[in-house]
This record gives sequence, C-alpha cells and structure tokens, in this order.
Amino acid sequence: MVYQGKTWKFGANVDTDAVIPARYLNTTDPAEMASHLMEDIDPKFLEKIKPGDVLVAEENFGCGSSREHAPIAIKHAGLSCVVAKSFARIFYRNSFNMGLPIFASAEAVEGINQGDEVKVDSEAGTIENLSTGKIFKVQSIPPFMQQLIEAGGLMNYVKKFKMKTE
Amino acid sequence: MGMTLAEKILARASGQERVTPGQYVTAQIDLAMAHEGLAAVFMNLARAGWTKVWDPSRIVALLDHYVPAPTERSAEIHKVVRAAVKQWGIQHFYGERAGICHQVLPEKGHILPGMLIVGTDSHTTTYGAFGAAGTGIGFTDMAYVFATGKLWFKVPETIRFDLQGKLPEGVMSKDIILSIAGKYSAEVAQYKAVEFIGPLAEEMSLASRMTMSNMAVEIGAKFGFFIPDQKVSDFLQGRGQTSFPLISPDADAPYEAIYQIEVSSLEPQVAYPYSVDNVRPVSEAQEVKIHQAFIGSCTNGRLEDLHMAVKILKGKKVHADVRLLIIPASWEIYQEAIKDGTLEALIDAGAVIGNSSCGPCFGAHMGLLGSEENCIAAINRNFKGRMGSQKAQVFLSSPATVAASALEGKITDPRNYL
Repeated sequence: MVYQGKTWKFGANVDTDAVIPARYLNTTDPAEMASHLMEDIDPKFLEKIKPGDVLVAEENFGCGSSREHAPIAIKHAGLSCVVAKSFARIFYRNSFNMGLPIFASAEAVEGINQGDEVKVDSEAGTIENLSTGKIFKVQSIPPFMQQLIEAGGLMNYVKKFKMKTE
Repeated sequence: MGMTLAEKILARASGQERVTPGQYVTAQIDLAMAHEGLAAVFMNLARAGWTKVWDPSRIVALLDHYVPAPTERSAEIHKVVRAAVKQWGIQHFYGERAGICHQVLPEKGHILPGMLIVGTDSHTTTYGAFGAAGTGIGFTDMAYVFATGKLWFKVPETIRFDLQGKLPEGVMSKDIILSIAGKYSAEVAQYKAVEFIGPLAEEMSLASRMTMSNMAVEIGAKFGFFIPDQKVSDFLQGRGQTSFPLISPDADAPYEAIYQIEVSSLEPQVAYPYSVDNVRPVSEAQEVKIHQAFIGSCTNGRLEDLHMAVKILKGKKVHADVRLLIIPASWEIYQEAIKDGTLEALIDAGAVIGNSSCGPCFGAHMGLLGSEENCIAAINRNFKGRMGSQKAQVFLSSPATVAASALEGKITDPRNYL
C-alpha cells in the first residue's frame, strides 16, 4: 500500500487524551470521535487537514489509555497513516486492530518538516519525503499484522477468514 | 540460559518449553477483565458474528469508571453492560458495591501468581504485584479474547530495577516510581517487561508493590512484576485460594538492562504537567498554589495510603481554599477505613469522601477541575485535560505529599508534618 499526503508534525509523548480527550470517551460513534481529534492541542486541526494527510510525531506516540478511540479518531478523520519515532505499546496494537497503518522510523521523523509532502510505501518499506527528495527506511511489520491492515482491522480480518468460536 | 518471569509465563501459556524476546506467540489467556468497555467488546463480538464466549468462568466484568452513573449516557452504557453480562452468561460481575477493577480482582481472589491476564484497561499491569502477567488491551483485542481465549503477543525484553536501601519517613513507593520515570523517562520500559526486585522490593507491602506495578505502564511497560512471596500467599489464602505455585525468574535469566535504585536519600517527588516524567523533588517545587487535592484511584486508593493521609491530617484542618477528595479504591477498603476510624479522622480534617470508583482520575465525574485550577493528586496521569478543563493542571505525588499540600494550599513537603 502507498500512502501519500501532507505531513502534520507533533512532538514527543502525544498521549491518547491529546488525540481525543477522555471527556468524549463515552461515545461509540467513529465520526463523533474524529470530530474531536487533537482539539486540545489545536482546536482548528480538523479544518486544516485533507484526506490522505500524514500524522508525524516524535517518541512514544499514543501513550496512556487502552481506549481504541485514539486510532479510530485518526483513521476516521481521514488521515492515511502515522509516522513516529516510536509508539506506545497499547496504541501500537490497537492501531493494527483498527486498521490504521503506523510506521516507526526515527530518521524519517528527523527528516520531515511540518508541511512536507511524503509518500509511504509499506511493501517497499520506505518513506519518501517528496519535498526534499530524501528516502528513509521503515521498520518491517510481521506478515500477520500486515494482513490486519489490509483487511481493515482485526474484526474485518476475522470476518474475511470466517473465524468462528469452536 | 534461564527465563525471566515474562518469558516463563508466555512460554507456559503458548505451550512451549521456552520463548525468547522478539518472538511472536499465540497464548492462552487465563483471565480476562472488562469494565464499562464491555459494551464495546460485545458490540464487536456481535458484529463479527460470534455467538458465545470461550469460557464464561474466566471473564470478570465490573463497573468502576463512572459509578454511580453521572450522566444519562453513562447510565445507558451501564444498562448495556448489565444486560450483556446476563445474556452471555459471564460468571463474575461486580456492580456499584465493589470498587476499582485493579483493587477488586485481587481482593476477590481472581489473581494468582503466574497467570496471563488481559484487561480493557491500561493499568492491568497492577497484577504484576502478585507475580501475574497482566496487561491492557483494546476492546477489539478483547472481543477476540472473549471469542477464542487466545491472543498474540510479542515476547518482550525484560529490564530489572533492583530496589535497595530504606525508604525515609514520608517517602513512599509512589516516589520511587516517579523518580524512576523522572530519571529514565516515560519510555524506559517501552514494550518491555519490568521486574522490581531486591531487598526493598521484598520488604514492601503488597499495597506499595501494587502502586509501582500499576505505574509500570506509565514508563511504557507491558508487564510490571514483583516476585511473588509469602505476603502474596497470605493475602490469597484468606480469599478462597489454597493451592498455587509461586513463580520466580531463573538466576541466569537474560535482562536487557539492570538499574540499581538506592532510595535511602530519596525525597518526595512531584510530576509536573503534562507528563509523568516531568519530575522534580519536592524541595525544588516552586510555590504552586493548590485548589484541589485528591487521594484515590487504582494507584493510591489503598488503606496504607489513607493511613498515611491520617498521619499527616489528624487533628488539623485542610486549608480553607482547598477541596480535599478521598476515594477508597474498593468497598472492602472503604469498610475497613470506617471500622478503624480512618474515614472519621479524614472527614474531621475536612476531606470529602467519594464512592469507590475511578472518580475524577480520568475526568469523568466527582471532582473535575475548572480552568486555571491546580490539583495535586495521588493518581497515575497528569495529561492535559485529563481531569476536566484543558486549562487545568495536575501534579502527581504520593498520598503523603497530597495530604501535606492540602493543609498549606500549596505543594508542600510531607516530612514537615511527620
């Protein structure tokens, strides 16, 4: 898969409450979750982004809660993927389960400035900064987890392969 | 080469003689816990066409995040959870009269050393205090567990914190874990298992251990173990559990890193907004005015935490401009604190006591902050907007520092009152 868009760059330790504040956690509607994306960091964030844009962050992106609201909100707001130096463990799992592609690469994050246009190729394992021409390597993803992304998340994967309780 | 606790438990649960860090395994889950998130778990199950759960006796469900329901919407979620528990035949359910999941599960005898436990809550690492591999997962992962009893894991590297020395008066295990976060960052254990060992770990009460295992996730950890010992046995034997093996890491187990933590000269610690690793010792705390002080949560709502507060507050009055909230982590603790006079002493000092639940810790109810307000809290997170207004600030500390700060209306060294 190839994901291409303008980058929106954030700092280190962007927590799940920053992605979507806990006060909105008692909703199950993805569109409503998406409508609060990053609002405590930048209340106008949603007006600025376009479908396919790429979220970029420093270390420990998604630390905090085990709520899936964070990856759901990012995905349903139309962002195509997240590139960060590193991800918090639970967010990492949840992203694959929600079908949100995420890529860990410290050097790519170093080499991307706010607003740069990037192209992420998950099969080639590369992130190309189209604004500067530089190409970076991405950590590879185990095949099973790649399948989760392709299916659009764990529940869709399960349906696709007709897994049922014994 | 030997194995760490995480490796031993994941090897057993995946039916292998040994596993090594980096390996992906599919493991059998011993116990699954879900709180209000159960509503979303069952929605996922129904959507995927599953009709029954793998083992209703291995699932514990409870309500703890917002009880009693503060809004109509949360009342509706509770209704869904109660109906789902009946419909799916979940055998263990605790409603309003139990408390916070990570306190209630051990109290009710559900947690045994060596178990592999997943919960729909990031602080599921708390069960590491009993030698169990507990970790938080999302609702979709949990739906998969409910249906199949299995989950994939990447076997984590293990890092070890060797705890030594004697904690000075007024310094608590909370201060140790905050100082670890401050010194080594909120990422030091990212995707790793942690073992807290050493003479001080052995000496610590289960309550103190639970505080550190609970906050292991705040430094990124997947599991946060103490080695189970006689204290764990004694605790469990009073709770309907009679036989279980005590598990320990092998002497030649591989550790990615070993940190020596000497506490004899440790000061009370405070984590400033908005990150758990933005830590400084209380002596370097600038004059910070406090509007609210809170002792509670799965991190610090246990009896020894309340006893420490009494030690500092007894016979004194909370500062006129401070609201002091205290929420015992469970009904069992609540009742003990009534019997031994703890709650009376706290109320006399001016504390407001809340029903056992997560309370304001994650910003749902019972004591949220307005803009420009500061709260010093014996809880686990100080993210922006977590406890109400995004213009409010939360400072993390031990219950002792919270109590002393409540007296003076500013961040205060508890040692001045001991």
